[in-house]
Amino acid sequence: MSVELPADADAVQTPAEVADLLGDLVIGREEHLNAPGFVIKPNSVVDALRRLRDQAGFDHLSCVTAQEYEDRYESIYHLTSYDDRTQEVSIVVPADKENPVSQSANEVFRTADWHEREAYDLIGIEYDDHPDLRRILLPETWQGHPLGQSYDQDQPQVVPLREHQNPLLEDQTADNDSETMYLNIGPHHPATHGVLHIKTVLDGEQVVDLEPDIGYLHRCEEQMCQNSTYRYQIMPYPDRWDYISAGLLNEWAYARTAEELADIEVPEYAQIIRTMGAELCRMAAHFLALGTFALDIYGDFTALFMYSIRDREKVQNILEELTGQRLMFNYFRLGGVVWDLPEPREDFFEMTRDFLEDLPTALEEYHDMMTSNEILQVRTVDTGVLPPEVAKSYGATGPVARGSGIDYDVRRDDPYGYYENLDWDVVTEDGCDNFSRLLVRMREVEESAKIVEQCIDLLEDWPEDERNIQSNVPRTIKPDDDTEIYKAVEGAKGELGIYIRSDGTEEPGRFKIRSPCFSNLQTLPEMSNGEYVPDAIASLGSLDIVLGEVDR
Amino acid sequence: MSSDNQQPFVTDSSKVGTATREARLSGQDNRFNSRLREAFGSSPFILTKFDKFMNWVRGSSMFMLQFGIACCSIEMMHTYAVKHDLDRFGAGVPRASPRQADVIIIPGTIVSKFAPRMKRVYDQMPEPKFVIGMGSCTISGGPFQEGYNVVKGAEEVIPVDIHIPGCPPRPEALVYGVAKLQERIANGESSPVTVKPYELEEFGDLERDEIIDQLAEEIDVEDLVMRYNWADSP
Repeated sequence: MSVELPADADAVQTPAEVADLLGDLVIGREEHLNAPGFVIKPNSVVDALRRLRDQAGFDHLSCVTAQEYEDRYESIYHLTSYDDRTQEVSIVVPADKENPVSQSANEVFRTADWHEREAYDLIGIEYDDHPDLRRILLPETWQGHPLGQSYDQDQPQVVPLREHQNPLLEDQTADNDSETMYLNIGPHHPATHGVLHIKTVLDGEQVVDLEPDIGYLHRCEEQMCQNSTYRYQIMPYPDRWDYISAGLLNEWAYARTAEELADIEVPEYAQIIRTMGAELCRMAAHFLALGTFALDIYGDFTALFMYSIRDREKVQNILEELTGQRLMFNYFRLGGVVWDLPEPREDFFEMTRDFLEDLPTALEEYHDMMTSNEILQVRTVDTGVLPPEVAKSYGATGPVARGSGIDYDVRRDDPYGYYENLDWDVVTEDGCDNFSRLLVRMREVEESAKIVEQCIDLLEDWPEDERNIQSNVPRTIKPDDDTEIYKAVEGAKGELGIYIRSDGTEEPGRFKIRSPCFSNLQTLPEMSNGEYVPDAIASLGSLDIVLGEVDR
Repeated sequence: MSSDNQQPFVTDSSKVGTATREARLSGQDNRFNSRLREAFGSSPFILTKFDKFMNWVRGSSMFMLQFGIACCSIEMMHTYAVKHDLDRFGAGVPRASPRQADVIIIPGTIVSKFAPRMKRVYDQMPEPKFVIGMGSCTISGGPFQEGYNVVKGAEEVIPVDIHIPGCPPRPEALVYGVAKLQERIANGESSPVTVKPYELEEFGDLERDEIIDQLAEEIDVEDLVMRYNWADSP
């Protein structure tokens, strides 16, 4: 997949240059708030994306949004670059209303595979040349496409049990004479981190083929957001996407997108509180990732898991003081946060400082028990290898990408909040294996601690009469009809993006969530095929997926 | 424990010997001289109904199924782990296999694809079994009630003994719910097992209508399926 980039690929691409590059493929122009949009013919997707990837450096297919209009279907390919996140372009592919067929981008970006399957599943667009166009989130026997306009939600549905019917009933040898064995892992399994089903074909103890089967927690998050108003009703839902205490990070994804869409300013003071809260959430999420990883690798329920829960409890106490809730914070509002730091402020600062002071000792403990543990090293070093080119092709982001040496972090590359003004580093590791991903998370906890500490210092010295937690935001928000935007933040698991198209009402016309776990999970077969089963489980643990976000 | 204490299990409050007891204890090993003996008094027998005894045993040592679905499972993990430590209440042994578990906590939203699998897991648990519904989603579908794919509460699929409201409930709430369940078990109560709106049945046994005809080519008559009549959901 490695491609020789021309010398000028890094140079900033103006919309005119992109238009030149695409040439006669373009049949129209659109203007999205985040990027220029180019409308192309349904049969030139591969051509257009390949030109953009190879000649203009757009090597990151962040998201594919599909939607149905009154008169047409549409797929939008949100492209950006791993080297420069601020470079964005949207490729808009309209499809016929009667016969919605569009070319698949799978040939250029492997990540398009799942994204297009999702678009087919929920909207109903068919993709030509797609290797495996099946439903992905809903059961195979589902009737209709629920986010399409003509869907009747009251119609009955029938869901079969099939592959889980009775796995021990008959001999599970796959084909006639082959020596392989078919094995279901999940959806109820302690190592799948939730309700994930992995279909595996084994040859002895080695994985021949592995396919994640998702959708066991598809609880219609996009539909919920499309039926809620911008101002207050949407904000509680992001908490429930990545529910590993990463609530504030998710809320920020929505807040950032909607604020840009409705042109809302956020006071500096609120930005600092947001930054501090978000980093506390990241630490809590990473702690759980460490704890469950140890649990997956050597069944360490007694020590490391308990340690990580202990540290999470500390963070959750701080967050509860700040937001009033342990897990589902609902703390951000468009234009700021809902309330100021708790009184007395000194106690809050002291509590947070105490936690930060204890953190180096705690991390040392983790290092003693994990990274310097021989068993863990044997199990993780050089297993689950994910080369950077493959990671990029699958749109991997977050600690998974950074563990493969890709220096990419939305907080730095497309700055928001108060990150720009603080002193911290993006952590990368070059090992590309399970161990590197673990190391990245552990080191990111330290970086987050640095950020929180600086925020505390700033908040402590902030003049009392300038503590402005929210800007003036109208009670109802109605962005102009047909305004489109795609914005992302760095969630705990990677780039968490949201696409919103307004339809002139108080509710979004289309609300699409780009989940980092969804893209990251796609890399699992690449990492596991040919490896041993326990290594596949280790790889899955190192991806740190959360099914609420994968399935949405 | 000091070495000069000849009766290590006797505390001050239990040093109220009676003549009978003194007589019984003479020549006995110290280890028999326990609190339990104290509670039983001089008689080595207790009288109770066998049922009552079994209920007490069941409630006092519950094996929980290690079963995570969604957000609530995070709070459930916190309840098992340090600080809240559900094990204090004789209910903290998570078992990974349903065949070894007495209690299933349902921690999260149940969607159409998962309900048949959950029903299957529940069926695999040995009797007597108990169900705790954790969080609003298991009561009604919670914040996702209006979703096209969401089952409107766990009780549509399996019987639920205790509902714990909250989104998600705090660990304290879960501990309280478990304690309430133990109380119910000790009193010999459990939810009646009734036919639920959504049951697993063979495809061939479903009443034929438009949708069944459409699916007839895709699904074998012998396949187990769950049919969702969304329009009838509360």
